[in-house]
Amino acid sequence: MARLVFLGRLEDVAGVPHMDCPLAEPTALADLLLMLPTQLAEALQGPRVRIAHNGVVTEAAGLVVGDGDELAFLPPVSGG
Amino acid sequence: MTPDVRLALAPFDPAAELAAFAALHPGAGGIVTFLGQVRAGDGVEALELRHYGPLTLPGMTELAGTVAARWMLDGLLILHRSGEMQPGEPIVLVAAASRHRRDAFAAADFAMDHLKSDSWFWKREKVAGAWRWIEPREQDHADLARWG
Repeated sequence: MARLVFLGRLEDVAGVPHMDCPLAEPTALADLLLMLPTQLAEALQGPRVRIAHNGVVTEAAGLVVGDGDELAFLPPVSGG
Repeated sequence: MTPDVRLALAPFDPAAELAAFAALHPGAGGIVTFLGQVRAGDGVEALELRHYGPLTLPGMTELAGTVAARWMLDGLLILHRSGEMQPGEPIVLVAAASRHRRDAFAAADFAMDHLKSDSWFWKREKVAGAWRWIEPREQDHADLARWG
């Protein structure tokens, strides 16, 4: 099981703030995205969306997700 | 100097925070503060800031460290709300104390530019009962670029 977290407008696309994804084995991000609704998968791969893997911002390319991992999808930020 | 960096999940009192900060730094010749609050008008009924636990406060702490290393400060306070706020409520308070005012002005300015468009917050506002997410304005990115 991996937890996907959707920040900002991505929560609206997903319809939920986070979801748990069953994983039989360590799974490439690209394969994990295939398990999601197309519209959500496309939004998560937007050019300005960054990814945090277990709380560390990382590159999407080559990312492998394991059991118990948390993957957060981070659209452009806006604070203050 | 260890910056005071906090993520507030409930309303805070800027005047009380500033009084406490000033009392901690009697040797500072000046304190520059910035208070950001939810703008009333434009039909905005509420504002919500969201954060992501593993990144937001660590990122604010790193920002404070950068500010403290770049300017000569006696003290630095960065306090940022997360959660739902009403018009007029404080969102962010930055205070920089220094011997000379130029350092304090620049430090607070730098901290605010980075909190606006380079920190882990997501903002949405409620207008006519409907929420919509707000992305950074071009001006926010231009402000950030000033610092190189």
